[in-house]
Amino acid sequence: MSRETMEYDVVIVGGGPSGLSAAIKLKQLDPNLNVCLLEKASEIGAHILSGNVFETRALDELLPNWRELNSPIQTKVSKEKFLFLGKTKSLSWPTWLLPAVQQNHKNYIISLANLCRWLAEQAEALGVEIFPGFPASEILYRDDGSVKGVATQDMGIDKEGNKKDSFEPGIDLLGKVTVFAEGCRGHLGKQLIKKFELDKGKDPQQYGIGFKEIWEIDQKNHEEGLVMHTAGWPLDNNTYGGSFMYHAENKQIFLGYVIGLDYKNPHLSPFDEFQRFKTHPAIKKIIEGGKRISYGARALIEGGFQSLPQMFMPGALLVGCDAGTLNMPKIKGSHTAMKSGIIAAESIHEHIKFNKNLSIFEDKFKNSWLYDELFKARNVKPSFSWGLILGIIFTGIDQILFRGKLPFTLRHKHADHETLKNANEMPKIEYPKPDNIITFDKTSSVYLTGTNHAENQPVHLQLKDPGLPINYTLEKFDEPAQRYCPAGVYEVQKENDVNKFVINSQNCIHCKTCDIKEPSQNITWVTPEGGGGPKYGNM
Amino acid sequence: MKILVAVKRVIDYNVQIRVKEDGSGIVTDNVKMSTNPPDDNAIEEAVKIKEAGKATEVVAISVGEEKAQETVRKALAVGADRGILVKAEGTVEPLAVSKILQKIVEKEKPDLVFMGKQAIDDDCNQTGQMLAALLNWPQATFASKIEIKEKSLEVIREIDEGLETIEVNMPAIVTCDLRLNEPRYASLPNIMKAKKKPIEQINASDLGVDTKPRIDQIKVEEPPKRKAGIKVASVEELVQKLKNEAKVI
Repeated sequence: MSRETMEYDVVIVGGGPSGLSAAIKLKQLDPNLNVCLLEKASEIGAHILSGNVFETRALDELLPNWRELNSPIQTKVSKEKFLFLGKTKSLSWPTWLLPAVQQNHKNYIISLANLCRWLAEQAEALGVEIFPGFPASEILYRDDGSVKGVATQDMGIDKEGNKKDSFEPGIDLLGKVTVFAEGCRGHLGKQLIKKFELDKGKDPQQYGIGFKEIWEIDQKNHEEGLVMHTAGWPLDNNTYGGSFMYHAENKQIFLGYVIGLDYKNPHLSPFDEFQRFKTHPAIKKIIEGGKRISYGARALIEGGFQSLPQMFMPGALLVGCDAGTLNMPKIKGSHTAMKSGIIAAESIHEHIKFNKNLSIFEDKFKNSWLYDELFKARNVKPSFSWGLILGIIFTGIDQILFRGKLPFTLRHKHADHETLKNANEMPKIEYPKPDNIITFDKTSSVYLTGTNHAENQPVHLQLKDPGLPINYTLEKFDEPAQRYCPAGVYEVQKENDVNKFVINSQNCIHCKTCDIKEPSQNITWVTPEGGGGPKYGNM
Repeated sequence: MKILVAVKRVIDYNVQIRVKEDGSGIVTDNVKMSTNPPDDNAIEEAVKIKEAGKATEVVAISVGEEKAQETVRKALAVGADRGILVKAEGTVEPLAVSKILQKIVEKEKPDLVFMGKQAIDDDCNQTGQMLAALLNWPQATFASKIEIKEKSLEVIREIDEGLETIEVNMPAIVTCDLRLNEPRYASLPNIMKAKKKPIEQINASDLGVDTKPRIDQIKVEEPPKRKAGIKVASVEELVQKLKNEAKVI
């Protein structure tokens, strides 16, 4: 059956900071360009989750008058703290001893979801057509192999793949250039990297899983503008991770935890590490008496410079975290994602107007502050593969003494799915039961995300080998999907003494961790029906 | 035949509702808004009737703040022909909405007015009934099946005891149940087309309707937390507990 076709100059996949910045910049460069932007969430911002301490550098370039445009960037960072946590003690690290990249006094505490909603308003005012609730599910190619556009998902398909009464076929959206801005581990970006070998000669990509809760806390514990990070407990020296706590407006704090997905112990449960972290006296005293109002989780991309794939290919560009422009030592990816979107727009404009090859993206990127930033940051994350203590010592030398200019580059050696050790060789971890005041279980957490997927649709978490979880992964790794999934999607249930692998795909909060960490890469995340997934508010 | 369909913008049904700390209401900032679900059924039914050649025009109307325009636009994207937005600030109670709808009905002269049986935000279930009274029209509420006859409608109603079939003369008010139909998806091309369909904007005050609330909302509270359940070992124990502790059997 032939589908309807809509033609644009530029088709953008994903309404996050990079996609929206590309859209805005394109319209600024040439108001006559036809630009459309697809977003899988029910509205812009509903799938956005980020800390977020925001550096305005890219926004200053994109919309220099943003302060006059009623932007949701209001809370200036007023104070910073860095704590090393022991089991019960904490040691405050003087902020003047932090590398410059970790100093935030010029930055703002924001909700990235709200920033995206606001960017979408700016884009729409410029004439960008934004379609929330329409996931791009398939890449379309021209006969010469170049990217022609994307197809949106068919709607109204039942579990078995049959058309329901409400069936609505997807549309082919064709663009002179397609920009993929799906965020970390985009399912189309992943296919493009493979097809065009964009990661050839690069290190394996590195990821983390980030959790975030929003708490409304007691006024006496709240210090608007305070930014606090921690390292150490509850993670051991060999597991990469740490926490953030940002005091935002309205007595709210953004409390979160990030764990590198290169962890080795299959018994580790990132969700429970985060919950346990909140019981530390230094944290508990701040949130005690408060109320958790939001929860969410999302994978983030940490490989940086060494793992950054080539971002141009025939007919398309890959931007933001879909490629991997996050600056890990800065713990920031929004300004870099936005900058990559801006560079993409400039490249596309010259490509369409002056018929230049899309590879000019590479030159523009190399001449930008974005490249410079990622280059200087490159050695921090790999140095933590030696453990927290050596990592900090090395980072001090690399970032404070040499400002990222050491004459060598450390490599990322393994992909995250390769790092798990056998379950029987690693210690089991006993996590305390949730008290439902400070710590919670996954079910009540997912409830807060407003996650929903239309019932009776195909499972969007696909197994290459349906037998593998029980026949292999359970025995060897104690099926870690039960623990790395932050939403309780995967369960091993015993039915009449037979183990069964259950996928509760309706709970999926679209974090993509399973697609990354599954040791045999047996799980593929594909787009569910449009509008499904979490409904984050000010995440 | 012309059908007027009223649609309301409410907090999306998937969103966790949060009560404001001071109990003065619920938090609506940064919250995803959608069309009231049974209103989607009302639009779907009207569009189906038009597609079956039994109606010539479907007009969608919403009452509320400027942003309620999105809700009208959504109705246009699934098949309504044109829209009306009656702008009013703050809470607009069912009586005010029905008075506004009455004015619009007098102007538009539709043969049928459809709307959801109730809105999921205030659960009032009053607007349709009040409008019927104001217009002195027959009403068919909680409709789960509608059949158009020459000058009347045969409607199956969802009632506590089961299903009730009634016949009402046109013009009439019908409030729609979720079982009435399965609302369609808005397709991309139709969303594009909907952007070009006209939406007439009217101020509630220009219609001579006073939308000032008649009800004082004193306090909003969260429902009490549900206690954790217990596991019983046997059917006997369950029956015993239901009898002696819960005292429900």
